[in-house]
Amino acid sequence: MNLKRFWAVFVCRNWEFLRDRSTLTWNLLFPLCLIVGFAFAFSGPGLAPYQVGVLNGADASDNAFLKTQQIQFIPVTDLPAALTKVERHQLDMLFDPNGRRYWINDESPKGYLLERILRGAEAQTAFSKQTVSGRLIRYVDWVLPGVLAMNMMFSCLFGIGYVIVRYRKSGMLKRLKATPLTPLEFLSAQVASRWWLTLATTVVVFIGTDAFIGFPMHGSYFDLFLVFAIGALSLISLGMIVAARTTSEELAGGLLNLLSWPMTFLSGVWFSLEGIHPFLRQCAQLLPLTHMIDAARAIMIDGAGLMAISGHLLVLALMSLLFMAAGAWAFRWE
Amino acid sequence: MAVLLETRNLIKHFHGVQAVNGIDLAITAGRCFGLLGPNGAGKTTTVEMLEGIRQPTSGDIRYRGEPLGPRFRQEVGIMFQSTALQDHVTGRENLRMFGHFYHRTLPAAELIAACALGEFLDRDTRKLSGGQRQRLLLAIALVNDPELIFLDEPTTGLDPQARRNFWELIHRIKARGKTILLTTHYMEEAYQLCDEIAIMDHGRIIAQGTPRELLASHFDDVVLQLPLEDFPDPAPVLPMTVIRGRDTVELLSHDVNSAIQALLAQDISLARLLIRPRTLEDLFLELTGRDLRS
Repeated sequence: MNLKRFWAVFVCRNWEFLRDRSTLTWNLLFPLCLIVGFAFAFSGPGLAPYQVGVLNGADASDNAFLKTQQIQFIPVTDLPAALTKVERHQLDMLFDPNGRRYWINDESPKGYLLERILRGAEAQTAFSKQTVSGRLIRYVDWVLPGVLAMNMMFSCLFGIGYVIVRYRKSGMLKRLKATPLTPLEFLSAQVASRWWLTLATTVVVFIGTDAFIGFPMHGSYFDLFLVFAIGALSLISLGMIVAARTTSEELAGGLLNLLSWPMTFLSGVWFSLEGIHPFLRQCAQLLPLTHMIDAARAIMIDGAGLMAISGHLLVLALMSLLFMAAGAWAFRWE
Repeated sequence: MAVLLETRNLIKHFHGVQAVNGIDLAITAGRCFGLLGPNGAGKTTTVEMLEGIRQPTSGDIRYRGEPLGPRFRQEVGIMFQSTALQDHVTGRENLRMFGHFYHRTLPAAELIAACALGEFLDRDTRKLSGGQRQRLLLAIALVNDPELIFLDEPTTGLDPQARRNFWELIHRIKARGKTILLTTHYMEEAYQLCDEIAIMDHGRIIAQGTPRELLASHFDDVVLQLPLEDFPDPAPVLPMTVIRGRDTVELLSHDVNSAIQALLAQDISLARLLIRPRTLEDLFLELTGRDLRS
């Protein structure tokens, strides 16, 4: 490993990224807009989880059901049009207070729940109501670590996978092969460059987001940085596997999407994995993004320390080694 | 002079196709060696094996008598026909990056002057013209002051001025005693630059020597060229070979005086007669045929 050659490639790759204004702007603004957008969407009373159409209900305002909270009651007058909306899940229920009847779509889980609410269900008098007294967090506080990690995932996978394939297709790798530069020096420089650029971008997004919406941080900044640093390394290494031999940008794009989309949905970026099928929950443990997000949330929301997240760190480190070894082994200049 | 690069019985197969079929070459230090051939002749495969970026199926390649190794990588410069450079990076930064790959480098100022890079050195490589780009790629190939320089169709796509400027640069490199291996589709370029040429076809070398030797060994006639409309149809009986082209008629003769007398005897106008010696292009077509290649 010749450090002079490593450094030369590292510096040029950094210039290429930093001078590409559109890419840089996208990397900074996309997550910021996403998080600020979420903060806005989920601020105030928020969206009601149920929508019920009320047929000709102007003179039925004293109906007990219509006073239920967390349900949005929407006045309707056209019965056939309203029924079509129920069929298509645009309304969860159609309620006719004067006719003392209602319609639901039997395929709609929300319709089923609304029906239970409307009919009073069974009175569960044996239970007493308790209120949670722990830290109350907003959805945006919960989703933020996921969005940050997801943004890093896209940056790492595409920043390595797609870029190296582009170099290969354009003949640049062939030119580098004809020099004393070794694959190890080239790949290390690419990984190092993408690694620090991703981390720096994430730090900027983190600070910017905090300035805009403010969010709780109950753990150590160093621990969070460590999680993101090792997580980024594992994702970059995963991108290297895609880049190792692929010669077509289209194929690389497809493969990278094949990796990134399951991670986006199964790693708990947007919703908790508690309710998903156990098999999928097991599968999610194989994805580096899951460990990144779980560890980051534990630090930011629960104030977890390094010992508490050491399992995630260990898995991320092992994945990094495994993916990097596979990518380096499979790599071909052409 | 010493042989710098040589091959023995070089063979390359691709999925059952024999692209290179037993090539023996010896490239002498300080000379410009031209490798010519039609598309699909095996020229690029041969050059890529000589450059060390493709492994031969069998055969031997030696640089200074040794197999290609780290010393070879340090002492050669390569200019591919089309090489993409990193976007958003200037010519100067590219030169610096490639310079860091080698133990020995030419002073930047010398390189910049030699390849006339001054006016665009700090420009993003995406914004360079074809000629500027080729000069920068040549400078990158020379950054390590190489002993052996591979130039793969270096002037393809350049306008005539840029091509002649490029030839001037090659002459200057030759004057410094460097060895060059050139591939080109331009026969005039090969004639102007090469001390020795080899013509390849179907994976083999079918002719090799200096341009003059090759022309002398294959031709002892000259070409008399007339516009098609100045030549009678059907052609009269003449003591020379007549080749009728699309716009011209070429007459091949060993004796210009008697050829002209024969034409005058047929009342053929010589007002637009052109007499030229045989060229490398004639030789190339003679050896490789006139059929269209893919």
